[in-house]
Amino acid sequence: MADPEIKSYEPHHESQSAAVTESRPVRIVAMAVAFAFLAIFLLMPLIVVFHEALAKGIGAYSEALASSDTRSAIRLTLLVAAISVPLNLVFGISAAWAIAKFEFKGKAFLTTLIDLPFSVSPVISGLVYVLLFGAQGVLGAWLKAHGVVILFAVPGIVLATVFVTFPFVARELIPLMQEQGNGDEEAALSLGANGWQTFWYVTLPNIKWGLLYGVLLCNARAMGEFGAVSVVSGHIRGLTNTMPLHVEILYNEYNAVGAFAVASLLAGLALVTLVLKTLLEMRYGAEIAATRGH
Amino acid sequence: MTTAPAPAGWRFKQPSVIPGFGLTLGFSLAYLTLIILIPLSGLVWRSAALGWTDFWAIAADRRTINALEISFGTAFIAAGVNVVFGTIVAWVLVRYRFPGRRIVDAMVDLPFALPTAVAGIALTTLYAPNGWIGKLLMPLGIKVAYTPLGIVIALVFIGLPFVVRTVQPIMEELDKEVEEAAATLGANRFQIITRILFPGLAPAIITGFSLAFARGVGEYGSVIFIAGNLPFKSEIAPLLIVIRLEEYNYPAATAIAAIMLALSFLMLLVVNLAQSWSRKRYG
Repeated sequence: MADPEIKSYEPHHESQSAAVTESRPVRIVAMAVAFAFLAIFLLMPLIVVFHEALAKGIGAYSEALASSDTRSAIRLTLLVAAISVPLNLVFGISAAWAIAKFEFKGKAFLTTLIDLPFSVSPVISGLVYVLLFGAQGVLGAWLKAHGVVILFAVPGIVLATVFVTFPFVARELIPLMQEQGNGDEEAALSLGANGWQTFWYVTLPNIKWGLLYGVLLCNARAMGEFGAVSVVSGHIRGLTNTMPLHVEILYNEYNAVGAFAVASLLAGLALVTLVLKTLLEMRYGAEIAATRGH
Repeated sequence: MTTAPAPAGWRFKQPSVIPGFGLTLGFSLAYLTLIILIPLSGLVWRSAALGWTDFWAIAADRRTINALEISFGTAFIAAGVNVVFGTIVAWVLVRYRFPGRRIVDAMVDLPFALPTAVAGIALTTLYAPNGWIGKLLMPLGIKVAYTPLGIVIALVFIGLPFVVRTVQPIMEELDKEVEEAAATLGANRFQIITRILFPGLAPAIITGFSLAFARGVGEYGSVIFIAGNLPFKSEIAPLLIVIRLEEYNYPAATAIAAIMLALSFLMLLVVNLAQSWSRKRYG
């Protein structure tokens, strides 16, 4: 592909010679099309969330957020993220260690399996747990006999969230750790460090920004997941409603201010995520795997 | 965890001084099996247990077929729209310099970060007959909210970053010297774009299309608010799964899910073939 020697020789913004860029009118049209498209599809939905949330004033807005159902939805969302993100964090580190540090048979296949949840519809991600734990499910009768409640309760919501956020940390760390190689770890081991010391004092500092990046994306999805959680939640107000599910309920009750007030919190979370993500990319771009988007 | 070098030629793992292989691989496989593989194979097993007659009765149901057509059709159109506009957006971000470029670049990831339910109610409010955009389209006789067109709008929102983020890094690597060479040899800008730049970008564009398409087929949260959800008209396949589940019709929900999974994998296979063809053709 590109010869690095030649590529580094000229940063492309310097010579905008006529031959290698479009004519001025074409440039203006292309930029106008791009900006109009982004304004209509990205900016306006974002603005409308805050506009509708504040449509009846700040009083109605804070009143909507103060309701006890909303508060319990916020608590549940925080709880679910607090359980599922660390689980996938531990898995991500573990899978990345095995895949990036070692050569073994079936590695490519394992990497493909890790990405599997991304190609499954969220609704199906919820459905598989209903088939497993539901009353007609494989384990349904046994669970009922032993008084274990998974479906339409917090454990089911956590499982569905873990499923849909499964690949985020792993797929961020695997390319990063592959890029960094084994040299640092081998040096530490030869100097007498044990495995845990090597991981804790050598590997972890090397991957910390990539790790944070993966956790950030994982958390955003965990708090915002709708389809999978909707299937397993049972929609019990005040008990099994996460924030996105609560948005749906309020919206269907024609409580626009309430729905958009809760939505504005989630939109705020999305904006904070984007800002942190951009800062990480700007400051520690080299220490985050080059793979962007998913 | 160091293993003695195996005597034979075949070995599962190359020798290494790094510890922890057994622990990390073992934990990863156990976790993967429990969370992903067992539940997913449960779905496959349950649909296989249905038997061919029952499965066919559900698959051939008019409502099932319509829902699948709507899901795959709207996702296809939306991915096509995103290929056109996403490529233009990526080009503008890579090649043009303007104030606020970083912010615009960061904004492209909004659909990844914004919960789908929030996107759904926001788009519905915008495109409803009295919404900011719906109001403008109403006099033109275009109805978006509560029609299949609304589904396309939601899927365009969801799919945009997939195209931009796949095409953008390849554009950044494009070699300007080739364009300069073509220009000195007398090619005009249009020829350079269609004959030199586009072939280099084609595999990335196909990948972006397939990612946006796959995501669109399964999308639920952003669609159900704007779609209107009329059976046979604007009811998507994931919603039909939910409806069947709420009716406690597990066999139907399972069968539709199995069909969706099979069709998605088939589409991805076709796209992979198309991609290797375009690599051979233009590579």
